[in-house]
Amino acid sequence: MGDAMAKARPHVTPSEGLIFEKSSPGKHAYSLPPLDVPTVQPEEVLGAGFVRGEIAGFPEVSEIEIIRHFTRLSTWNYGVDTGMYPLGSCTMKYNPRINEVVARLEGLASEHPYQPAELAQGCLKILRALEQALLEITGMDAITLHPAAGAHGELTGILMVRAYLTAKGNPRQLVLIPDSAHGTNPATAAMAGYGVAPVKSNRAGQVDLDALRQLMTENVAALMITNPNTLGIFEDRIRDIAEIVHARGGVLYLDGANLNALAGVTRPGDFGADIVHLNLHKTFSTPHGGGGPGAGPVAVKRFLEPFLPLPVLEESPAGRLRWNFERPQSIGRVRAFYGNFGMHVRALAYILAHGPEGILQVTRDAVLNSNYIRKGLEDVYELSYPSPTLHETVFSDKRQARFGVRTMDIAKRLMDYGFHPYTVAFPLIVPGAMMIEPTESECKEELDLFIEALRAIAREAETDPDLVKTAPHTTRIRRLDEVTANRKPILRWKPAPPSAGPAPEVAD
Amino acid sequence: MYPREYRYTREHEWIKLEGERATIGITHYAQEQLGDIVFVELPKAGAEFAVLEAFGTVESVKAVSELYSPVSGRVEEVNTSLNENPALLNREPHGAAWLIKIRVKDPSELNSLLTAEQYEAFLESSA
Amino acid sequence: MRYLPKSDAERKAMLARIGCSSVEELFAAIPDTIRLRRPLAIPGPLSEPEIVDLFQTRASENASAYLRFLGGGVYSHFRPVVVDALASRGEFFTAYTPYQPEISQGTLQAIFEFQTLICQLTGQEIANASLYDGSTALPESVIMAVRISDRTRVLVARSVHPEYRQVLATYAGAQGLQIEELPYTATGQVDREALAGQLDDRTAAVAVQSPNFFGCAEDVAALSRLCHEHNALLICVINEPVSLGLLQPPVEADIVALEGQGLGLPPSYGGPYVGVLATKERFVRTMPGRLAGQTTDSQGWRGFVLTLATREQHIRREKATSNICTNQALCALMTTIFMSVYGKQGMRALAEQNLAKAHYAAHELAKVPGARVRFTAPFFNEFALEVPCAVATLQRRLAEQKILGGIALEHFYPELKQSLLLCVTETHARADLDRLVAAVRSACAEAPRGKA
Repeated sequence: MGDAMAKARPHVTPSEGLIFEKSSPGKHAYSLPPLDVPTVQPEEVLGAGFVRGEIAGFPEVSEIEIIRHFTRLSTWNYGVDTGMYPLGSCTMKYNPRINEVVARLEGLASEHPYQPAELAQGCLKILRALEQALLEITGMDAITLHPAAGAHGELTGILMVRAYLTAKGNPRQLVLIPDSAHGTNPATAAMAGYGVAPVKSNRAGQVDLDALRQLMTENVAALMITNPNTLGIFEDRIRDIAEIVHARGGVLYLDGANLNALAGVTRPGDFGADIVHLNLHKTFSTPHGGGGPGAGPVAVKRFLEPFLPLPVLEESPAGRLRWNFERPQSIGRVRAFYGNFGMHVRALAYILAHGPEGILQVTRDAVLNSNYIRKGLEDVYELSYPSPTLHETVFSDKRQARFGVRTMDIAKRLMDYGFHPYTVAFPLIVPGAMMIEPTESECKEELDLFIEALRAIAREAETDPDLVKTAPHTTRIRRLDEVTANRKPILRWKPAPPSAGPAPEVAD
Repeated sequence: MYPREYRYTREHEWIKLEGERATIGITHYAQEQLGDIVFVELPKAGAEFAVLEAFGTVESVKAVSELYSPVSGRVEEVNTSLNENPALLNREPHGAAWLIKIRVKDPSELNSLLTAEQYEAFLESSA
Repeated sequence: MRYLPKSDAERKAMLARIGCSSVEELFAAIPDTIRLRRPLAIPGPLSEPEIVDLFQTRASENASAYLRFLGGGVYSHFRPVVVDALASRGEFFTAYTPYQPEISQGTLQAIFEFQTLICQLTGQEIANASLYDGSTALPESVIMAVRISDRTRVLVARSVHPEYRQVLATYAGAQGLQIEELPYTATGQVDREALAGQLDDRTAAVAVQSPNFFGCAEDVAALSRLCHEHNALLICVINEPVSLGLLQPPVEADIVALEGQGLGLPPSYGGPYVGVLATKERFVRTMPGRLAGQTTDSQGWRGFVLTLATREQHIRREKATSNICTNQALCALMTTIFMSVYGKQGMRALAEQNLAKAHYAAHELAKVPGARVRFTAPFFNEFALEVPCAVATLQRRLAEQKILGGIALEHFYPELKQSLLLCVTETHARADLDRLVAAVRSACAEAPRGKA
C-alpha cells in the first residue's frame, strides 16, 4: 500500500466514551426562551401519580462535548462521501447535496400532515410530480408513495395482490420466489399470510422455466422476481415468465431493487410486470443514513389500482390536489400520514437534475462500470456464471478457498485497502459469494484502485493467507467478537454499581 | 469419533435408545458446520413430535438450523444448561450437550436410521 | 451530467478494455421487443439554481405563514441547531447499514446510545435500533405479543391514534388476528370496566396510548394489572415522547411502541419519522428490528456490532420476526443528539414549558362562553376543546386570520362533533396563545350556535 492515504483513518482518540460516560451533574447544552406564561406545578395539574422522577442516567453534557462526541464518532464511519461501496444490489450512489438543501427548506420541512389540502398544495405538487416521473420510468399506470422502505413496499404490494385475488374469489396460498432472492421477499410473503415455494435457478443463473411451469398452479398468487436478478443477469425470457404466471391468473411482482440497470433502457411495465416496488434510497439517490430512512413506492398496472393503500392523491379538473379516502377496495392504510415526504423531495430533485438524458446516461455508466470491474477481475476470481451481467457481478471465493481464504476474509482485507467490502455470502445460491455493484458514481481511477486492491488480495491469499484471514489490520477497531455479542447480548449502557471503579473503556 | 451405540440421521442428529426412552443430540459434524453456537431453542417437556418434524433450532451468529426429530415421541426432559452455555454444544455434542430426552412411541423407527459406520460413510460421500 | 465522474475519452478506454465498441453491446441481453426507443417523458435536466427555485416556490405554497396548533401524532418542538449540523456530516448520512462493524463504529455506537436513551426515557429494559415509525411499530408490537403468548385476540383502545389503528387493521387482516376495540369514558381515558369485561384467556395483548389521541394521560399501572390477571401483554403506544420528560414512564407495560418524531425530527409533511420498540429483556428474541450490542475486538477494545441477527429477514427469511430491513438510523441519530442536548434537566424543562403553555391556553379558552375542555383526565400539551359553534365554521374563521386551530375530532370520532384537538408547545409564545384565544372568542361569538 506504500504511501497511499488510507481511506478510513483511525481517530487520534480511539477511545471515545459513550455520551453517558461524559456526563456530569450540572452540565447542560439546551437553550429555551424564558417561560412567558404562569408556571404550573406538575403535581397539581397532573396529579402526583402521573409525574415522574428524574430520568435516571440521561446525559448532562455541554454543547461542545456533544459536537466533539458525534464528530469523532462520525470519523470512524465509512460513507459514500469517503469512497466506493461496491455492495451488490445496494446501489450506493452519490447523495447530491442539493437534495439535502431543498428537503430542509423552511416551507417544506415544517409542514404538518394535518394541514388542510388547500394549505399544502406545494407539498402535494411535489408528490404529484414524483408520482408522474416514477410512472413514466416504470411504465406503470398508478402508484403509491406511502411505503417507508423497500420491504414495506413489498408488503404493500403483496397485500394488494391478496386483495385483488380475494375480490376475484380466491386469495390463493402460495408465492413463488427464486432461490436467488433477497431475504425480504420470503419474509414479506409470510407476513402477508402466504406460504413460500422456491423456484430454482438454472445453470445460466436465470429462473428455470420448466421448474416455473411445474410450480405455477392456480394456488399461486404471485411470482416475486428481481430483474436483473441478484446475479446481475437479465432475465431475457421475462416475457415468457410473465406469460406462464398470467396464464394461471397469477400476478407478476417485480422487486425493483436493481432498477439502476434498467432506467431509461427498458421498463417493468413493458416487459410484463404487474406491480413493482422502487427503492428511492437506491436508484434515486436518497441517502442511506447508516441504515435508513428510505422509501419504497409501489407502482401498479391499472387492474390493481383500486387496491392502492389509503389515501390516494387526486387532481381536480381545476388542478387542485387533494387526498382521496373514498376507496372502497383499498387495502387500507399501511402507515399513518402520507409517506416519507422528506425522501420524496430528495428523489424528485434527483430526477429533475438528471432529466431524460441524465437518467439514461446513469444506467449506461452503471453497467459500464460493473463490466469494467468484471473484466479486471475475471482472471483471478471465479465468476459465478458465464452469462453477461448488467450493473452488478457475482464472483465466488472458490480459487482462494484452496488456501483457506473465504469471501468474508477477502472482504475484511479490502478495508485495509481503503474500501468498504462488497456484499458477502449473498446470493445464497453462490457459495462463497462476492457480489459487486459499483454504480455510476465511480470514476475510472476509483475503479482501477478497487481492481488493483482485489488483485493484490488474491495474490496475498496464495502467498500469505493468514494476513488475509486476520484482516483488517489498519481500521480503528479489528474483528469484533460477534459470538459473545450473540451469546450474552449487551444492548444498553448501564451505570457501574457504586462500589466498582470506573468502567473500562479501553484495553488494559 | 461417532459412538457405536448411537443411531444417526442424514440431518446430523444422533439418538441413543435406553429402553422406552431416548436421548437426542446433534453430531460433531453438525456443530463444526455451524461454527460457534450462540443460542439453542428447545421445546418444553410434554411436547410431542412426529418423525422428521422440527423440534427446535440451533443458531450461530449468521445462520439458523432446524432440529429434526429422528423418531416420534414425547419430550420428557430438556437440557436447560444450554440456555446459559450454548458453547457446550460445540465442545461436547455427543455427551453433556444432549438436547432432549424423549419417550419413544415406536422403537422400530430406529431401524431405518443410520449406524455409526453408515453415518461416517455418508459424511465421506458428501464431502 | 455533472454527477457522473467520467469523460467520454475514459468511457471509450473502458469499453476498449472490456472489448466492446459501444456501450449498447453491454445491453445486448435485453430483447429488442422490450427496449424503450424514445427518451423518457420526464422533466429536466434543471440546473442547481433552477432546482432551488422550483422547491422554494413549492415551499411558498403551503402554510408557513400560519400560526399552527396541530398535534395528532406529529409535534413541533425547538430543534437544537446542532442536530442538523451533526447529522449532515457525510460520514453519518451517506453511510450504509453497519454490517461491517470495523468501519461503522460511528453509526453503531450512536445506535447503542439511542437504545440506551430510549430505555431510560421509557423505563423499559431493552429497545431496538428503530422501525419505520410509530404507526407501524404498533402492528409489529402486536405481532410480537401474539408470538409470545400464542394467542390471537387483541384489544385496542379507541383512544389510540385512529390512523395507527387503521394500519394495525391492515397488518392484522393479513395475519388472521382478531382485533376488538375498547371504548373511552367521559374522562377521556380507556374504559377500565369495559376492559375488565372484554379481557379473557384468549387475549394476547391490549394496546393503549399515553398521552392518548385526546391528549389524556392513562393510568398504565392500573391497566397493566388488569391485563396481567389474564396473562395478556400490555402494549403502550407513545405519540408524544417529549411528554416523558414529565410523565411517569410506562414501566408496567410489556412492550412500548414509541414514535420518536417529537424528539428532534421536523414534521416534514408526514415523514420520515422514527418508531421504536422497547420491552423486557426476556422478549428480546421475539422482537423485530435491528439491535446494536456491545462487545470487544481482538485487541480488547470496546466496540459495537449488530447482533441477534438470526431474528431478521436476511437469515431467517420466511420465518423472520418481521420482513423489516431498514432501521431509521439517521432519524434515530437526530433524536439521540436531541436527547443529549436537552439532557436530564432539559427534557424536564422542555416538558414543563409545554405543560405550562398548554394549560394556560386551555384555561383561557375555557373562559370563552360556551367553550370547555372536553375531557377531565390530566393532559400534557394537547387537549380537546368543545366549542359552542360548528367546528368547520370556527376553523374557517381562524384560517382567515392565518391560524390553523387544531384538528376537528369529528373527522375521526363522529360522536365528537363539537370538539377541536388543540396542541400547544414551547414554540408558541404567549402572544400567539392570546391571539388564538381572541380569535376563538370572536369566532364563537359571531357564529350561530351549533350550525355549520
